[in-house]
Amino acid sequence: MLDGAGASARGVYTGDYILEVDQVRKEFPGVVALDDVQLRIRPGSVHALMGENGAGKSTLMKIIAGVYSPDRGEVRFAGEKLEIRTPLDALNSGIAMIHQELNLMNTMTVAENIWIGREPKNALGLIDHAEMARMTQALFDDLKIRLDPQAMVGDLTVAQKQMVEIAKAVSFKSDVLIMDEPTSAITETEVEHLFAIIRDLREKGVGIVYITHKMNELFEIADELTVFRDGKYIDTVAAQDVTRDQIIKMMVGREITDMFPKIDCEIGETILQVRNLTLPGVFHDVSFDLRRGEILGVAGLVGSGRSNVAEAVFGVRPATSGEIRIDGEKVDITAPPVAMQHGMAFLTEDRKETGCFLNLDCIENIQVALLSSGKVDNRGFVNQREVNRLAEEYAAKLRVKTPNLAETVANLSGGNQQKLLIARWLLTKPRILILDEPTRGIDVGAKAEIHRLITQLAAEGVAILMISSELPEVLGMSDRIMVMHEGHVSGFLDRAEADQVRVMELAAK
Amino acid sequence: MATQNMNFDRAAPRALRKLPSEINILLVLVGIALVFEILGWIFQGQTFLGNINRLKIMILQVSVIGIIAVGVTQVIISGGIDLSSGSIVGAVAMVSMSFAQTAEYARAVYPALTDMPVIVPVLIGLACGAIAGFINGWLIAYTKIPPFIATLGMMVAARGLAKWYTKGQPISFPTDSFAFLGSGMMPVLIFLLVAVIFHVAMKYTRYGKFTYAIGANPQAARVSGIDVERHLVKLYIVAGTLAALAGIVVAARGQTAQAGMGMMYELDAIAMAVIGGTSLAGGRGSILGTSIGMVIFGVIISGFTFLRLDAYYQEMIKGAIIVAAVVADTYRQKKRVKKA
Repeated sequence: MLDGAGASARGVYTGDYILEVDQVRKEFPGVVALDDVQLRIRPGSVHALMGENGAGKSTLMKIIAGVYSPDRGEVRFAGEKLEIRTPLDALNSGIAMIHQELNLMNTMTVAENIWIGREPKNALGLIDHAEMARMTQALFDDLKIRLDPQAMVGDLTVAQKQMVEIAKAVSFKSDVLIMDEPTSAITETEVEHLFAIIRDLREKGVGIVYITHKMNELFEIADELTVFRDGKYIDTVAAQDVTRDQIIKMMVGREITDMFPKIDCEIGETILQVRNLTLPGVFHDVSFDLRRGEILGVAGLVGSGRSNVAEAVFGVRPATSGEIRIDGEKVDITAPPVAMQHGMAFLTEDRKETGCFLNLDCIENIQVALLSSGKVDNRGFVNQREVNRLAEEYAAKLRVKTPNLAETVANLSGGNQQKLLIARWLLTKPRILILDEPTRGIDVGAKAEIHRLITQLAAEGVAILMISSELPEVLGMSDRIMVMHEGHVSGFLDRAEADQVRVMELAAK
Repeated sequence: MATQNMNFDRAAPRALRKLPSEINILLVLVGIALVFEILGWIFQGQTFLGNINRLKIMILQVSVIGIIAVGVTQVIISGGIDLSSGSIVGAVAMVSMSFAQTAEYARAVYPALTDMPVIVPVLIGLACGAIAGFINGWLIAYTKIPPFIATLGMMVAARGLAKWYTKGQPISFPTDSFAFLGSGMMPVLIFLLVAVIFHVAMKYTRYGKFTYAIGANPQAARVSGIDVERHLVKLYIVAGTLAALAGIVVAARGQTAQAGMGMMYELDAIAMAVIGGTSLAGGRGSILGTSIGMVIFGVIISGFTFLRLDAYYQEMIKGAIIVAAVVADTYRQKKRVKKA
């Protein structure tokens, strides 16, 4: 009965709404996360939930999944009030969830991960591994996923892990499937695959809640959409009745006219020259120039080596051959401190893993690069007053929203965390700024602000290397675009000649 | 990019938030002390806190381990652990004592090297601790083996060295100047000196800030330009050197060195740090907290003795308190991060 993917074990619910959230309120100390919100999901439809970071989407999903309990209001499932106390309750009630973060056990196999807690047993009551593998294969066949059920999850790519998460959620045969930004870590091909799975589930009567920041996905897959803003319910509309601009207006409460406000500025002399940079098996013969005031966009699919080149230039994982010149002089960048001495700064792709100190406060997060650059201390002693002043100045400049800078960074929204990380690097007054996915997973308002800031920095003469998976961002912000494909530079495009099609041609070849 | 006139009254809430974790521990200390005071009047008919002599002995008992705890706290804040300190105490007690013997004693370990100025055994002892710490740190930073394993190896090896050094024979008859290091309230003074130095280092220098950053997120620390490996080596050298200092004080106080000295000190030191609010997950803790943790530890031991509680019960209750401290830390951590 657990074979394959498909419709609910409970049969298709015939009422109007399979899941109803009514007047739900949730407060945390000092913040109202949800203020009497509502959400109604029809069976057999894809319902997008939109809102800036901090709008309360994740909190609501955690209430539905039983992680939090609401202060007021109720959640009804198939017309009945839902009493969910644990994530297991939610699964048993027919609600499955794909979380934004991966929740897999790296040291176990794909099959073990999917069926954990539900393992098929043989006559002796021991786990039947053969049956488990067969069930996994059946599930994968149904979803057209090509993965070995016996593979170690730790050996998979992030995108493959995401597919395992999706398969696992589908395997519960739930009536409601919640997906929290399922495409943030996967490539175009896999997004198509995911959408095919979603359409299939929709046909089988599953109600799908789809949380995303990406507008084009929304119009491709969603039937209806609900917008939250600052913990409040704004509206529910049919996807075909609204335009992109209307949705943005609902989300931010104001019009954002220019998403990519690149201003033309004077491009100066070449400051960074990279020649034939190679890290065997990762990237080969990468060469490019970067000039003062220039934004060089780097496009390419996930896994094309974009981030690795950035890491090599900054010395995180140096290349084995090739050369890097700064102001015409050959430099040997063996580690990040060396890169920083040459005026480089590097905003990493993964905010949580390599960016933030989540358990430390804002000041401690902002000051670290400045401290390691050794510019503000007196024989090792830190002038904390001066550091605090600078941190406050930049937090204000970047409009970081936090009650105060003593707040633990884990409590900030993704956009604000990103602004703190940018502030961290701006404090070191870099001449060369490397940005790896500067606006990944952050909301529209913060995105526009970060774009404005990047342009501003370029205008001040900073040379910027910007990697991004979002084509509109690369096209909108860059003076030139370098496209990478499978570890090689497949071409450069000038701002004037670049468009979506040409970049994709070079990126996918 | 207009600089906005936002309201910056941030210095105040920052200071307010930083204090409570240590104030909480201080309150626990006061609470425990008062409980013993009350129990004292009920069961013994006398004061617990009012007896200065008792308090002196109490602080003397714990301050040697407190010296170790100052180093161990830093290692734990960086996300590591040091199990080797107790064995380093034993080994350094033996080695330093062998260079501190008087000429009057006929069977000195190095008959030619008796009556040396006190600085000689001290420096040799500290150097031994620093070398052990360097080996720990180097293994952890550059071979990437877990700190638990590296320091477990050192724990066994250093104890072996202590026994091999004189084939198990104790070493005695130190010079007066060496014995002075352990006399009277010297151990407490040495602890205070060490605690103040590293309190300042952890709070006001790059050394301290880097330690917290590495414990909170080593990858982010590395990308932020911190030489994580070099810093880890420094931290373990500090921890080893402080354990060595404790070894010197122990030997000087006992006026004899035995290979078994310092047994289990590493666990007591870790317990002091944890009771004092140092998070085993790394990134949080303080020397001030550990110092309060040390006093709590002392109050408990001395309180139980005062109540004539059986030694067996003492150990069981000590164990429970350590676990309770970690539970409290986990709970605090959850509360700090309100929403995911």
